[in-house]
Amino acid sequence: MITWLRRFYFFAIGLFLALPLIVVAGVSVNAKQTLAFPPQGFSLGWYGEIFLNPEWRSALFASVLLATTSAALAVLIALPLSWFLWRRIAPWANVFQVLGIAPFTLPPVITALGLLTFWATTGFYGQPWTAVIGHAIFFVTLPLVTLSLGFSAIDRSFVEAAATMGANDRTIFRTVILPLILPYLVSGYAFAFVLSLNEYIVAYMTVGFTLETLPIKIFNALRYGYTPTMASVTILFVATAAVIFSLVAKFGDLPKLLGAMATDDK
Amino acid sequence: MKREAPQSIADYGPLFFPAGMLLVFFVVPFGTMIAVSFFQRQQGGFYTPAFVLSNYERFLTVFFGGVLGFSLMLAVTVAVCCVVLALPFTYLLSKLPRRLQVIWLVALLSVLSLSEVIIGFAWSTLFSRTAGITNILVQLGLMKQAVALSPSFGAVLTGMVYQALPYTVLVLYPALVRLDPTLMEAARTLGSSPVRAFFNVLVPALRNTIMATLIMVFIFALGSYLLPQILGRPQHWTLSVLITDQAIYQSNMPFAAAMAVFLVLVTLGLVALTLLIGRKGEKA
Repeated sequence: MITWLRRFYFFAIGLFLALPLIVVAGVSVNAKQTLAFPPQGFSLGWYGEIFLNPEWRSALFASVLLATTSAALAVLIALPLSWFLWRRIAPWANVFQVLGIAPFTLPPVITALGLLTFWATTGFYGQPWTAVIGHAIFFVTLPLVTLSLGFSAIDRSFVEAAATMGANDRTIFRTVILPLILPYLVSGYAFAFVLSLNEYIVAYMTVGFTLETLPIKIFNALRYGYTPTMASVTILFVATAAVIFSLVAKFGDLPKLLGAMATDDK
Repeated sequence: MKREAPQSIADYGPLFFPAGMLLVFFVVPFGTMIAVSFFQRQQGGFYTPAFVLSNYERFLTVFFGGVLGFSLMLAVTVAVCCVVLALPFTYLLSKLPRRLQVIWLVALLSVLSLSEVIIGFAWSTLFSRTAGITNILVQLGLMKQAVALSPSFGAVLTGMVYQALPYTVLVLYPALVRLDPTLMEAARTLGSSPVRAFFNVLVPALRNTIMATLIMVFIFALGSYLLPQILGRPQHWTLSVLITDQAIYQSNMPFAAAMAVFLVLVTLGLVALTLLIGRKGEKA
């Protein structure tokens, strides 16, 4: 009876999480331009549309470019910071750790509005590169948390051994620390990449009128004309996220990574 | 190489770039926003430096009070629904074999990373007359005619619970994984049913975690800026939606900034409360 109840509960939660995606997947294979479910006819044309329609294609490129570069910038900010905090005793520097976690903890609209007023004041409002910086700051939390976790897992005696044998800081970083930290670096990048791909409000407030990312494109389509392409893009996004997180789980320790993330969040 | 205090300026080297980026692109924008909240609004979407409190005075109107009250009520409802659904689920999840746990975690992360735009679109499709869930009910013979379920309060609530549920599970997960299994075993040995043991032993033992999670999910739900707009009517708009609306469509930056500052204060107060609860929990 209890086992039955447990299975039912898992099934119910799973169904709740999957139901909208099932319907969207159904809508995405409609033969004609209609958002009908169950789908009328079958066609994968709406998936082709993402790459063939110039508007959707350029939104896809913009999103991928933004996610690749902003996640890289986020890692570039997080890596030296977490390394410094691990290597040195400087309690006041923890302020920067807090600053790195703050944008992600506060409601996203705050970071978005702060950046909007900032770019408007400095006169760069609407420049596409401002979105890269905005996303990097917004998502720096993720590599920061995974890297802090990675550093705390490094056995300091390795580093001492290397130092005893005459390696300087730079060599130690390249030959000992970097290989040990790499899995955490990659998962931090992956988290930031996926979230940047899906981010709407910061991108919309800073570059909404000059650069159309996929979430902005979907939102505009919601207001000005539904098309099944919105559904196919959604499925593409879910699939991308699932593949990336599966890879993180395959090559890293997902339960451990998540266990630490939640404690650091508090 | 021991962990040591920085000796020279060069030792601070690695800190320069991250500290500079965070100061220039987070602290300065944040300060700019606070400054703008005191500026005077001009007709036509511009604003001039000044020190006026009129943007904050607007908080005292009935309309604003209504929006604030609704935002808080909605966020509390979402937080309670999520924790009630997620607590038993996360407990059961933590008992699963590791491989199954990882599969669930990947699924939860994938849903969590979804854009609000996409969640809004998916649920508005599910709640629509043409492609919605009511069509399935009609085919099953449970309903006579398909109906539109959105925009409505129920639609907003469902969408926001959907968005926050994976987050809730992931916040609860570490605490439940680390939970001492002997607690439940003791309860079972003494003859308690699993359901009774869950409510009489597990829930009280996790009191502080549950409280902290409620607050975190509450903050998360306060941040929702699109779902009330896509799935609700204007009376279902929250503070976050109003901030976006004032900043972008009404071009009233000072008022938007004042509301944002207010939202930050509410959030920071709650974060402080969470930390306080966490500290108490450690002592206990």
